[in-house]
Amino acid sequence: MPKKYTENELEQELQNKEYEYGFYTDIESDKFAIGLDESVVRAISKKKNEPQWMTDWRLEAFRIWKKMKEPDWANVTYEKPDFQAISYYSAPKQKPELESLEQVDPELLKTFEKLGISLDEQKRLTGVAMDIVVDSVSVATTFRKTLEEKGIIFCPISEAIEKHPELVKKYIGSVVPRTDNFYAALNSAVFSDGSFCYIPKGVRCPVELSTYFRINEGGTGQFERTLLIADKGAYVSYLEGCTAPQRDENQLHAAVVEIIVHDDAEIKYSTVQNWYPGDKEGKGGVYNFVTKRAIAYDNAKISWTQVETGSAVTWKYPSCILKGDNSVGEFYSIAVTNMYQQADTGTKMIHLGNNTKSTIISKGVSAGYSQNSYRGLVRVAKNAKNARNFSQCDSLLMGNNCGAHTFPYIETKNAGAQIEHEATTSKIGEDQLFYCNQRGIDTERAIALIVNGFSKEVLNKLPMEFAVEAQKLLEISLEGSVG
Amino acid sequence: MLEIKNLHANIGDKEILKGINLSVKAGEVHAIMGPNGSGKTTLSSVIAGREDYEVTEGSIMLDSDNLLEMPPEERAHKGIFMSFQYPVAIPGVTVTNFIKTAINAKRKSEGKEDMPAAELLKMIREKAKLLGMNNSFLSRSLNDGFSGGEKKRNEIFQMAMLEPKLAILDETDSGLDIDALKTVAEGVNKLKTKDNAVIVITHYQRLLDYIVPDFVHVLSDGKIVKSGGKELALELEEKGYEWVK
Repeated sequence: MPKKYTENELEQELQNKEYEYGFYTDIESDKFAIGLDESVVRAISKKKNEPQWMTDWRLEAFRIWKKMKEPDWANVTYEKPDFQAISYYSAPKQKPELESLEQVDPELLKTFEKLGISLDEQKRLTGVAMDIVVDSVSVATTFRKTLEEKGIIFCPISEAIEKHPELVKKYIGSVVPRTDNFYAALNSAVFSDGSFCYIPKGVRCPVELSTYFRINEGGTGQFERTLLIADKGAYVSYLEGCTAPQRDENQLHAAVVEIIVHDDAEIKYSTVQNWYPGDKEGKGGVYNFVTKRAIAYDNAKISWTQVETGSAVTWKYPSCILKGDNSVGEFYSIAVTNMYQQADTGTKMIHLGNNTKSTIISKGVSAGYSQNSYRGLVRVAKNAKNARNFSQCDSLLMGNNCGAHTFPYIETKNAGAQIEHEATTSKIGEDQLFYCNQRGIDTERAIALIVNGFSKEVLNKLPMEFAVEAQKLLEISLEGSVG
Repeated sequence: MLEIKNLHANIGDKEILKGINLSVKAGEVHAIMGPNGSGKTTLSSVIAGREDYEVTEGSIMLDSDNLLEMPPEERAHKGIFMSFQYPVAIPGVTVTNFIKTAINAKRKSEGKEDMPAAELLKMIREKAKLLGMNNSFLSRSLNDGFSGGEKKRNEIFQMAMLEPKLAILDETDSGLDIDALKTVAEGVNKLKTKDNAVIVITHYQRLLDYIVPDFVHVLSDGKIVKSGGKELALELEEKGYEWVK
């Protein structure tokens, strides 16, 4: 068939090109010996050809980290990682190139199918040679062009350090300082890579920015660093993460995300986290200790939407510092835990400006032997007039062996603040399941329906295609949770 | 259509049904009446397949299908529908979404594709109109904050959508005022054809003024102790359940 012939030709050509451009050079000495000291930090910085200021910044972070203690206030129990037994730099993993999907783990493919991930995307995720590379490259190229025309910068943070040092220098560590917490300090010292995005004044990013479109991305990495800036009056909707299962040998993940929203600007940040949760006995699985924070200036708006289904242990509180007058912070979260997963997640809303407003909608679904905690702080500063907060925390339990916990903290120093907190806990009952069964809906489908109904307010906040995937992900995460 | 023979069922160690025999043909309406604790709800639950009950003896056949071998969802696919006495709420799931899921589950069991959205919507509108229901009701969360009357009407709406062979109305009259009762009964009557059948389970005779049964059976202590025509219901009303014991 002529078409087939063309594709093969193309594939051949592209493979040759990869060699030609040296895509696979520089693979020797890609993994450092285990352990962490100043020389390792220097080596990471050098490996990335970073300027001196960046090296110094990392070193200072390392010195801070050395003096800090690992926090243990979260409602999770796990064996603390041995920080000297970790290798702190490994180049993007070179996955073996597979010839077809038939060579991929069938279990993984089954999950992809359930998620409704397209064949091409499946190939991309599993490292199968793509026969339509040209298409995806051209899409990405058109996409990059659109962004460039608008002056939007969207690239790996290592590239930003090189090409836009003034922006990185100005903003990195400005929202999550190196001294913030143990994991943020560690990340600052050894971060591998991550995304950088800058939207110039008055620009409305015409597309949803997703890490999917970043071509040279090599795995998310262990210590990811993300920096997003919306200049005055700018707008962007940013998606991070992936609904596809992320298997990773790295047990400890400690990412930092910093977001700066200038006057009259708005950032929507949506994420789906699906790291390996460990097996049915609770063995293995990723520890996900993340620091995410945004600062909003006058009339600015930040909204966090997260769907958390993975990881053995999650520790994550995307927060909003409402510094400017009339600034708005929103947090919409669904956290699903199953098997032996533990999640301690929530948000902090820090009201500093006048007329600031925050909304927290948190939905926790617990199944199996898991523990799911919401932890949230609403703080109103003394000079913050007319602050308003509304929090709603709902928990849904399945079975008798899991737990749901709510830890709301409210600290208000201004008597004019209006703070509302609502919480509910419910259980998927036999009655609900039988009702669905009687209507011809099997138990698995019924659970999916009930959980989706429960999570609807949050799912509705996600961009459309992402919402559909997330919905399916919730279903898959809870499969087999009722015997 | 439905053939129940010598049905015995327990809950825990306690025997509730002690040998029920019942035969329902297409086009018929049967009423099962009885005092509290006589086994009415157990009977409907056992037909629908609720797991809390253990069938120790006997059989339930729906045409050529042995219902006792099937989980509740398969029984539903085969055409069993139960209007619940206490319909449960499922917050966040709209009436439309719920019925769509139910219809497509049934179609899937028959090897059919999902019902096209336009067709589904048309059907929903028709049935809602037939039952005099407001369209805004369709986008509300299932039974969430519904009044007693709304809940029962929603049950009948689902029955209209699913077009079952056999509908079991379990104490559909409980908690309804007379107007709501009339509306619900009218709905049931409109849906009645010569090909389907209805079993009305009730404590009182008043619902039977509106849904007129062909046969009335009196259930007492897990057995059908008396059967007759619609006049039996009136007689019962007059003489009380003590009369048949």
